[in-house]
Amino acid sequence: MNDLRKNPLFALFASVQLALVLLTLLGSTAIIGTIVPQNADPALYVHRYGPAWAHFFQLLDIDDMYNSWWFLGLLTLFCLNLVVCSADRLPATLRFLRRDHLAITQDQLASLPLQREQVLLHSPEEEVARLRQRLRKLGWHPQERARDDGVLLFAEKMPWARLGVYVVHLSILVILAGALLGSSGFARRVLHLPGFAYKGFVMLPEGESTDQVRALRGNWLVDLGFSLRLDRFDMALYDNGMPKNYRSLVTILDQGKPVRQAALEVNRPLKYRGVTFYQASYQPYPDYLISLRKLPDKISSAGRIAPATEYMWPEAGIRYGIVNREGRGEITQKVKLWLYDGQGEPSLLWLDTNRETRIDRPAGQFAVTIKPRYASGLQVAKDPGVGLVYAGCLLMLAGLAVAFFCAHRRIFLLVQPEGEDVRLLLAGEAHKNQTAFAATFAQLADELAQTDSQP
Amino acid sequence: MSSSLLFGLAMLAYILASAAYLAGLIFKNPKAGLAGCCLGWGGVALHLLATLLRWQESHQAGMGHVPLTNMYESLVFFALCVALIALVLEYRVKIRTLGAFAMPLAAVAMAYASFADRIDSSIKPLIPALQSNWLTAHVVTCFIGYGAFTVAAALGLMYLLKKRAATPQGSGALLPDLTVLDDLIHKSIIFGFLWLSAGIISGAVWANEAWGTYWSWDPKETWSIITWFFYALILHARFTRGWNGSLLASLSLVGLGVVLFTYFGVNFFLSGLHSYGAS
Repeated sequence: MNDLRKNPLFALFASVQLALVLLTLLGSTAIIGTIVPQNADPALYVHRYGPAWAHFFQLLDIDDMYNSWWFLGLLTLFCLNLVVCSADRLPATLRFLRRDHLAITQDQLASLPLQREQVLLHSPEEEVARLRQRLRKLGWHPQERARDDGVLLFAEKMPWARLGVYVVHLSILVILAGALLGSSGFARRVLHLPGFAYKGFVMLPEGESTDQVRALRGNWLVDLGFSLRLDRFDMALYDNGMPKNYRSLVTILDQGKPVRQAALEVNRPLKYRGVTFYQASYQPYPDYLISLRKLPDKISSAGRIAPATEYMWPEAGIRYGIVNREGRGEITQKVKLWLYDGQGEPSLLWLDTNRETRIDRPAGQFAVTIKPRYASGLQVAKDPGVGLVYAGCLLMLAGLAVAFFCAHRRIFLLVQPEGEDVRLLLAGEAHKNQTAFAATFAQLADELAQTDSQP
Repeated sequence: MSSSLLFGLAMLAYILASAAYLAGLIFKNPKAGLAGCCLGWGGVALHLLATLLRWQESHQAGMGHVPLTNMYESLVFFALCVALIALVLEYRVKIRTLGAFAMPLAAVAMAYASFADRIDSSIKPLIPALQSNWLTAHVVTCFIGYGAFTVAAALGLMYLLKKRAATPQGSGALLPDLTVLDDLIHKSIIFGFLWLSAGIISGAVWANEAWGTYWSWDPKETWSIITWFFYALILHARFTRGWNGSLLASLSLVGLGVVLFTYFGVNFFLSGLHSYGAS
């Protein structure tokens, strides 16, 4: 290790200075991607910044800068810095924690920042027993040793607080490892297993199923290994026309057999065999789903129909069709239905979509429900690294809490016979937030001094 | 009684508290500082009540969502965080002058939320992407972080003023000692850093629940990590390079600039997922 330390490259990566430089570089270059549009059409860069800049951007992958060689390079250096810097310091910290605190020298004792001396009244043995008992009562659990210079008691709290900072550094590495594991680029180019991790998208029309989705990066088709069928897509709007809810009822078919039915909503994804589906968008189709019942005969029919086309239901003896629609934008709210059973005048009426309407005809009563047909846009993700990322996040929060709010506190009590007197030297230190511990220390010293209040 | 009336009263309380605190500081009158403190706590109480009432109003209107969903609600919550963190800190370390610097910021945030033309204060229903329990966790954690960084900047300003004050009897007489201020700036940044980390993490988890991508380098995400890098830099530089005193105080003010850009700048100047400022 000592030889390594002399290596200038090792010394550079072990330094916090490099971390400061890298943090500055990462933070300042990250701004670029918030100003220059990312992953846009190449023509846009030429149009907006001129050909010279566009060429420069292309050279440095500015159009996809967070995946560029230099930004990933900076991140790699940052990781390397974290590893070397922590590995350089951790052994010393561990040695410090494991060392024999009771072997502390008088000089070291005298150099601790918090000191208090007092004269004790009873014999050293009695005083040590009293101090031991009192410390235990106050939540300190002392070890003790009879030494040449007297009896030394030592107690500490939260020694592990010194490790908090290493936990935070480790958590960053865990998060980045998770990100790497879940990255589609890593799966394709390094592991050569494109199906290992990817993000994809599929626009699935109602009533249809798929066993493939299109990958967002690389534009290739991913085989899911099972299929997904969209049974129904529904959406609800608020009174002011804002979207309230999108919902896809889907069935998962594994080897042709339905194995799971679920309702997908935004913020309510569906996970199956490591692949997660997210409700992302929708697209209205120009045709409709109709369900018809002839009440007296208790017969029914359902199907997909196109507008402005006449359909027949021979069992019920009717002909019908949609002759007009009304709605907000692309969303149909009402349709005009034409229905004729061959007797009298045909029925021609507006009916609300998604609601059953009853129509009285000479041939009997009919119940009609018409629903516009949609395709549901589903985001698809396979990210085997997400668990690692989450674990890293938890580790980071725990590590930060320890690193910021917990301090390793140590106290030493040396009971020394000095001529006729018995002297107590109390010394202490907190590894951070010394001011807060100084108050605790003073209070502790006062409590230990109260010999007479002993029961 | 409507929530907007209560928010108005809370704003008034913050303005009066600011005036009282400033009077206490300038005229070296501890009684005025005490009045500022009482007015500040009164404002916070009204503010909390108003928030609960607005929540209930959204339920009555059939939408039922926590009042943390648009620019108006976020600004108002930001003001609450600043006021509350400053008052709690003031109570814990017994400094009656912090309010003179923090309370005006809370008052300005409230006033901007109420009077700026571009900010709509009506209760709007939630689009599907925002209908998640992570919304509350994400907004609350982020804004506690922003609030703590704002208080750190207020302390930084106090530090710089105290340093400028030539004589101990000058206008800075009531301000705490430089070492105390330095320590408090550092602690506020630490506190904010933990909450900012929690805010970024809760946002990432939410994004993964909604879109299957926990990090997409959206401008808001990127600026939040830039803020995180900035404060990480301050914390490490203090530890290893001894960046404290006036330098730390100035950096806490620069940090507030970065925080405010992450909060407003991204919404107003850049486009992305967090477009709540544009409406």
